[in-house]
Amino acid sequence: MFDDFKPEDVAWIILFLPLLAAAGIALFTKRDGKFSAQISITAVALTFLVSCGLFLMFKDAKLVPTTPLNWLNIGDLKVEIGLRLDPLSLLMLLVVTGVGTMIHIYSFGYMKEDRCMGRYFGSLSLFMFSMLGIVLSNNLVMTFIFWELVGVSSYLLIGFWYEKPSAADACKKAFITNRLGDFGFILGIILVWATLGSVSFDELQQRLLKAPEAWSGVAAIAGLLIFCGAMGKSAMFPLHVWLPDAMEGPTPVSALIHAATMVAAGVYMLCRVFFLFGAHTVWPEFLSFLNGWSALDIISWIGGFTALIAALMAVQQNDIKRILAYSTLSQLGYMVMAVGLTGPTAAMYHLTTHAFFKALLFLGAGSVIYACHHEQDIWHMGGLKKKMPVTFWTFLLGTLALCGVPPLSGFYSKDAVLATASEHSVFLFIIAALVALLTTFYMSRLVLVTFFGANRSDHADHAHESPKVMAWPLVILTVPTVLAGFWGIDLFLGRQLAPEAVAHHGNFLETMFAPFGHAPLAALVGLGATIFGFSLAYGIYANAEKDPLPEKLGFLSRAMRDRFYFDEIYSGLIAITHEAVSRLANWFDRWIIAGLGVRGLHGSTEIVGRALRLVQTGNLQTYAFLFVAGLVLVLLFALK
Amino acid sequence: MHLTPVGLEHFLIVSAALFCLGAFGVIMRRNLIVMYMSLELMLNAANLALVAFSRFNNNLNGQVMVFFIITVAAAEVAVGLALIVALYRKRQTAHVEDLASMKL
Amino acid sequence: MAIQDIFFYLFAALTLLCAFLVVANPFTRNPVTSAMFLVLSIISMAGLFVLLHAFFLAAVQVLVYAGAVMVLFLFVIMLLDLKEETARTFKTFGVVTGILSVGALAAIAFRAIATSGVGTGLQPQAEGSTRLLGRLLFKDYLLPFEIVSVLLLVAMVGAILLSKKDIK
Repeated sequence: MFDDFKPEDVAWIILFLPLLAAAGIALFTKRDGKFSAQISITAVALTFLVSCGLFLMFKDAKLVPTTPLNWLNIGDLKVEIGLRLDPLSLLMLLVVTGVGTMIHIYSFGYMKEDRCMGRYFGSLSLFMFSMLGIVLSNNLVMTFIFWELVGVSSYLLIGFWYEKPSAADACKKAFITNRLGDFGFILGIILVWATLGSVSFDELQQRLLKAPEAWSGVAAIAGLLIFCGAMGKSAMFPLHVWLPDAMEGPTPVSALIHAATMVAAGVYMLCRVFFLFGAHTVWPEFLSFLNGWSALDIISWIGGFTALIAALMAVQQNDIKRILAYSTLSQLGYMVMAVGLTGPTAAMYHLTTHAFFKALLFLGAGSVIYACHHEQDIWHMGGLKKKMPVTFWTFLLGTLALCGVPPLSGFYSKDAVLATASEHSVFLFIIAALVALLTTFYMSRLVLVTFFGANRSDHADHAHESPKVMAWPLVILTVPTVLAGFWGIDLFLGRQLAPEAVAHHGNFLETMFAPFGHAPLAALVGLGATIFGFSLAYGIYANAEKDPLPEKLGFLSRAMRDRFYFDEIYSGLIAITHEAVSRLANWFDRWIIAGLGVRGLHGSTEIVGRALRLVQTGNLQTYAFLFVAGLVLVLLFALK
Repeated sequence: MHLTPVGLEHFLIVSAALFCLGAFGVIMRRNLIVMYMSLELMLNAANLALVAFSRFNNNLNGQVMVFFIITVAAAEVAVGLALIVALYRKRQTAHVEDLASMKL
Repeated sequence: MAIQDIFFYLFAALTLLCAFLVVANPFTRNPVTSAMFLVLSIISMAGLFVLLHAFFLAAVQVLVYAGAVMVLFLFVIMLLDLKEETARTFKTFGVVTGILSVGALAAIAFRAIATSGVGTGLQPQAEGSTRLLGRLLFKDYLLPFEIVSVLLLVAMVGAILLSKKDIK
């Protein structure tokens, strides 16, 4: 069995360790929360170590295929379960397992008092398994399978506190909204398979090179359908509504799944199949009004629009986790926009740094919530800077990175996105700059209200620093948050995603000032937006006792706080269609099924029965007569 | 009256006439026992035809068939008459017009 | 005209006359009379069987039908103490339909016999001797023969069970 063992097959361990942990916890140790947590943490830490090893081994390779398992053969459809190691997946592996490890450890402190800790860690391990499956998958079908598994584990974790009706509703909402997107995704996969005859990424790429003209007719539609999947998972408009509600789950879950990894899976998947979007776009007849637009244009506009409305919504939220949730939405919009503007490198770059600092921010928020006895309203906090110094400083670093302050990592990745936008579309560049401004504004508001000023409630008054097991992950996460900009992530990715671009390694200082070198406009605008946003926020919220904006903005503020009424519109739409459909179903049931079907059958049977009953006279002579008459008829017929 | 030498068709005509008489009895008579006798007549008509065919086609299988028919008819008469007896015990009649309880 | 032909017409007429008296005796409706005419009809049919050289069957006909079966009929008639059908008139509708249907049946049968030419060129040959019939019965038809014996057993059990006073 081990005769043809290759070092890259170690990757299978990464995939199956978390599954083993999840299965072990679910089957044997669920009742013992501590022990389950240790199993789960050990598993994820081991996968992180193995991932590091793989990264070091293969960081210079272009593509390392592992030995695949043949899973399914139906006619021409051949589906393998195979792992694919290339710069994209190696980087994503490190992000997922690295952030995952920190969050597992943090959860150990955060969930200590919960009696369902075993279930929590089991679900978390299941999630790690599914997420790693997406990252390592080498074909679309396998991606889809793990895509759904991720959805399931997300559902389990959002609804972890299922006694709370809001959590139960939120997990259903997340699942159903995702299903909408996934439906498009699977249609896209079927279309790709029907057109190109393969689902494996490698083969697809080769077939596209060989015969691009077969693809161009359906490229746009297939691309958009696949993007539907990304739209669901990455919570793009109009399917963005589930992500803020997903904050009903435990905070570490929000950090891992709904900020750092799962929601980024959509962006990751788009980058993975980015080669499919390259073809020249021809729209079919019924969509001819879209001529002049490519699928990527549509994607980038959806991304930009999502980024803008999410940032606007974030400005008027008061729940600390919801602010971060909308911020996540907005940053995801950024990434999708970058993909749409043919800059997958920038998107993945931003994804990576965002994973670090957004996880850090969520964990910091979790620490605050933990300290304030599950108080989540920022206006009931305040003055936490002195009481929770570690949380404050790490949170501040995360905020600065998110706002794009050099030389933190966020500055470089955001600059990459802005530069991509400035190259391709002025309008989207303006939106991106506006979003950068708003980002700084609401994050400054969050920090100023939460950590500065006076204590606004007893909870905040009695707050104290979180235990070490929660503080250390925060500290560790600050390292990539601060330094990820200097690691050459974009160059590493560029080898795969943009091979034609000239890659050059500079020294530390060159890297530091590189953004001002090759896209000065983008860098300066980003920096200006940050400074302007901060000064605006400082002017309004320094030492504010309550939010002055609602009075100034009036209706606009209310609309922002109420998320531009998307949820209401959706529920209204659903109510209307539901009503119409149910009326139709009622009519159909009453008249067609019950009336024509049931009563019609019953009535005609009864009438025929009544008629036939007349024949049964009960008189033996009549029967005999009928018998002879029948005999005569048969004979007449036979002897004719 | 010119009478041709007796052949197969003569026996068949007798058989058909006998069958029709039996059928007529079944239809017309209302006494269960007489109806039963008419049925026996019909069976005998069939027997006659079979024996005649056997004789004229030089094939004894027809006679074997008649043998079986007689046996089965005997069994049938035994069971049928037992049924009539049982029915008479219940209803005190063997008249078909009094036995119309199956009619709605 | 050969002597057999004379006997044939004699027996045929006797059979049909007695059969008519079984089903429609113009003088009486007594079932006992019907039964007695049935015996006569069957005996004359046995004569027809003899003319067809089916001697064994003729014997069986007399023994089984005219003997056992008719005894059973008479026995039941006596047992039930059936009175003569009185006051029950024929219904016109019944008579018409009966005569019509039976007439149609007869017409079809006679026309079929007359037009098919079924007996032309056939000479009576088969000899229904007891020896041949027995050989056939106990060699070729052994299994049906045994099955018929089982049938008789079943009929016997059924008849006993049915005529028991209280059927459980």
